[in-house]
Amino acid sequence: MFAKQLTVFIENRAGRLSEVLSVLKENKVNILSMSLADTTEYGLLRLIVDNATLGKEKLIENGFSSLLSDVSIIKIAHTAGSLQTLLKVIDKGGVNIEYMYGLSIESEDAYVVLKASDSEKIDEILNANGVKTLSCEDLAHI
Amino acid sequence: MIWNETKECMSRDQMTALQSARLVKLVDYMYHNVEFYRKKMQAIGLMPGDIKGLEDLTKLPFTTKDDLRDNYPFGLFAVPNSQIVRIHASSGTTGKATVVGYTRHDLDVWAECVARCMTMAGVTKEDVIQIAYGYGLFTGGLGAHDGAQKIGATVVPMSTGNTKKLTTMMIDFGATAIACTPSYLLHISEALAEEGLLDKIKLKSAICGAEPWTEKMHKEIESRLNIKAFDIYGLSEVMGPGVACDCEFHKGLHVCEDHFYPEILDSATLTPVADGEVGELAFTTLTKEGIPLIRYRTKDLTSLDRTPCECGRTSARISRFKGRVDDMLIIRGVNVFPSQIEAALVEVEEVTPHYMMIVDRVNNLDTLEVQVELDQKYYTDEIRVIEALTKKIAHVIQQALGINAKVKIVEPQSLVRSQGKAVHVIDNRKLY
Repeated sequence: MFAKQLTVFIENRAGRLSEVLSVLKENKVNILSMSLADTTEYGLLRLIVDNATLGKEKLIENGFSSLLSDVSIIKIAHTAGSLQTLLKVIDKGGVNIEYMYGLSIESEDAYVVLKASDSEKIDEILNANGVKTLSCEDLAHI
Repeated sequence: MIWNETKECMSRDQMTALQSARLVKLVDYMYHNVEFYRKKMQAIGLMPGDIKGLEDLTKLPFTTKDDLRDNYPFGLFAVPNSQIVRIHASSGTTGKATVVGYTRHDLDVWAECVARCMTMAGVTKEDVIQIAYGYGLFTGGLGAHDGAQKIGATVVPMSTGNTKKLTTMMIDFGATAIACTPSYLLHISEALAEEGLLDKIKLKSAICGAEPWTEKMHKEIESRLNIKAFDIYGLSEVMGPGVACDCEFHKGLHVCEDHFYPEILDSATLTPVADGEVGELAFTTLTKEGIPLIRYRTKDLTSLDRTPCECGRTSARISRFKGRVDDMLIIRGVNVFPSQIEAALVEVEEVTPHYMMIVDRVNNLDTLEVQVELDQKYYTDEIRVIEALTKKIAHVIQQALGINAKVKIVEPQSLVRSQGKAVHVIDNRKLY
């Protein structure tokens, strides 16, 4: 199962990130997690939000690039070595991880957001190993 | 010293008579050998016999760069390929190059003209001259080469691209002259200064061209290298470098007007203006065999001075250039039209037709940045994909322009949309 990640391409200009966030704020889109991949020229702001479809629509209305992509959000125990255990499973399946970042909420568990090179395969691997992933529905209720 | 006193110091009457006679012959030659001109003349009811001298020149139609494009590649050649011994090409306004061909006689005339120019710059057979223009389809390298060789100087065909080798050989060979673009010469002077080699060079003069340069750059080059710098002008359609050059008095560039008849045209009406007034420069190639052109519009803005010069030459002089009529840019000596970028970007599905070119000069080398927007659906969540796309666009531009550009992908809708004529260029170099 996949969740939708909202990605925004932003140029490295002062205040630009804040402008993106203010669009989300005005439309009451809550950010659960984010990662900013930066290069010298631009950044890719990757967001997990409670309503990705609304976020995308409003950002495009305001002249930003915005797209949704499938990512796996996986619950892992908040203990040493649990992430490594997960990665071992993925590695064994022969899938590359394009990028990954954390998502934490006030509970005993932690989450990782990851995008794999092969989305069908990652889903198979996770299902076969009984690893639970979050859906968009789940995100709306966190 | 003057290379060809007979031609360069003619009285005005003699020059006009020579030009008139050559024009009459040229028009007859073109009417009978170039279908394009014959049709053009027939369309306005003009026969070769109607042109009796210079006073009839304005009856003849203009030629433009578009005419060369429309007749690509050899449509305007007046001789069969068996008589063409060399081809050169420069950028066209869109995808197609502007192609020119030379007969053996054309190459002789070219070398003669460059020899006159280099002699103005003080080059003699005693000199060791480095030619640091690009060798190839560009006329700069081979054109300067043949002229320097005609003088009998020791020619070192450096071409461009390896500054370290150039400065090493400049010192080891005791080079006394150099021919290159003015911005490249400034770059060379910096390289020499960095290595602490400025006092090791024997350089006396530089023949710089292929791009516009300011009086400030001229002074800077002369003081940094302790040399004399001269401005050489030309364009491949007319011949290449050597159409005109300035002498030691720097009061305008002496045109080799026994071969190239200059006119200055009012930008709006395209009628000739009085000497001293600024307008568009046009040339009629009086002696060319391969691809002769009548009233070829250069799009360069300048003025004409036909009074004799203190140097003794009587040839007409064109002033330092005041700008361009069109949007052509010269980047690292290469002619670039924004329309070329536009045509190239159409090939890339992921980008929108909006773009912006930012031209600058960093350490005396021209830089070009091209900003493009992606079609909304091609923005991605993976940096890898954006990097690959950036490379692809840079490659397409390199193929179209022949120079490297830095490509920058920007946010959607961020490039300026203007009403009417779009602004596609920001040139921070201030060359005119």
